[in-house]
Amino acid sequence: MSDMPLLKVRSLSKFYGNRIGCHDVSFDLWPGEVLAIVGESGSGKTTLLNCLSTRLMPSTGDVQYRMRDGDYRDLFRMSEAERRVLMRTDWGFVHQNPADGLRMTVSAGANVGERLMAVGDRHYGRIRATASEWLSRVEIDTDRIDDQPRAFSGGMRQRLQIARNLVTSPRLVFMDEPTGGLDVSVQARLLDLVRGLVSDLGLSAIVVTHDLAVARLLSHRMMVMKGGHVIEHGLTDRVLDDPREPYTQLLVSSILQV
Amino acid sequence: MATPLVVSDVAKSFTMHLRGGLVLPVVANVSFAVASGECVVLGGPSGIGKSSILKMLYGNYAVDAGQILVSHAGRTVDVASADPRTVLEIRRSALGYVSQFLRTVPRVAALDVVAEPLISRGTAPEEAHERAAELLSRLNLPRDLWQLPPATFSGGEQQRVNIARGFITDHAVLLLDEPTASLDATNRRVVIAMIEAKKMAGVALLGIFHDEEVREAVADRILDVTAFSPRRSAA
Repeated sequence: MSDMPLLKVRSLSKFYGNRIGCHDVSFDLWPGEVLAIVGESGSGKTTLLNCLSTRLMPSTGDVQYRMRDGDYRDLFRMSEAERRVLMRTDWGFVHQNPADGLRMTVSAGANVGERLMAVGDRHYGRIRATASEWLSRVEIDTDRIDDQPRAFSGGMRQRLQIARNLVTSPRLVFMDEPTGGLDVSVQARLLDLVRGLVSDLGLSAIVVTHDLAVARLLSHRMMVMKGGHVIEHGLTDRVLDDPREPYTQLLVSSILQV
Repeated sequence: MATPLVVSDVAKSFTMHLRGGLVLPVVANVSFAVASGECVVLGGPSGIGKSSILKMLYGNYAVDAGQILVSHAGRTVDVASADPRTVLEIRRSALGYVSQFLRTVPRVAALDVVAEPLISRGTAPEEAHERAAELLSRLNLPRDLWQLPPATFSGGEQQRVNIARGFITDHAVLLLDEPTASLDATNRRVVIAMIEAKKMAGVALLGIFHDEEVREAVADRILDVTAFSPRRSAA
């Protein structure tokens, strides 16, 4: 474990006119660490994720990212082109709806291969071999490599989106409700897969979810948001076993036991 | 002798915001220490706060006041005030915990569940699996269960997976929450022998054992948690 944070977030706020998207959020994310952001719809968790991943410009605050050369760069002072390179290579973004993260009308192999070409790989045979290896890693039969994601089930599409994101060995992956909209049995498989990949690859990840079981399984640390504010923040076990804030207690006590 | 676990003046209460801010005091003025090679057993009736003490020591419960000092490799960490990353680091390197129930993860095989703490500390997977297999066979878990996820195991089988996972590392401090509750006599004796071995190896153990046979066999001293109960002093 490195002793320098990968991401340093300071006083990040986003306003939509007079409405608060997220307000005054500060934290460090360390290499290999998985942070869950939980809260109900409209709590600001997706706004925060979009600001962190530079898909949205924050109103105030700054986010420093430690580049591979060890230098910190302010994400919002980079040029658009630099940010794009970062997003295509060193970062991944897993959307809730796989159709937002995949190209639905090109083959599964090309979906994975495209990210490799973005980092300069031009050797067709090697790209195809790597794509095929990643398909099996996310448990998609390699004989489906030439099929389009349109022909895949929801769970398969989501696994393909994960393969597409991880093929360039990113250091940081953003996930927006990665298991939302999937059957529970499909969810369990996906969660186990993500959990294994994150620990094998030593990834850092920021996962937005409203599902506390997902947060428990995947994350080391948890932030609870309400009305755009981070109201509780701590070790995932601690927040779930001993919630301190009224809203967190309500969330935890609302889980149905099976 | 080294004292890897020192607890001083710890207090804990729960504030139930959904019950109009009702404050439930759990324990107060908890102070004790556990030395290397010693097994201290928390005693007292159910609901007095024994499990809560273990959960505070492991960082699952926040504390209202006091310090929980865990020493390891020349470094002392206060679990009560440490940041999440430090708590996870101390759990990986120095502080083990066998909970009452195994938290199962879908699709992860029993052998992998047991080997995981070693692998996360950098042990080669083959070696970790070998050690895991040794422990599971010592605890008489049928070999055909090793490659299955423990979710469908019986209570006693899950508990043995949990014990193996807790005992696989050489952590300096080991917390045990009723590890023998659902075991038969044979396996209880195996666990007693494993605890003895940990003591010989200089591990500081703190446990809850309702089973008298086990308690008599392993306890060097019994710490009566009633003494820390705020309800007693209020009465």
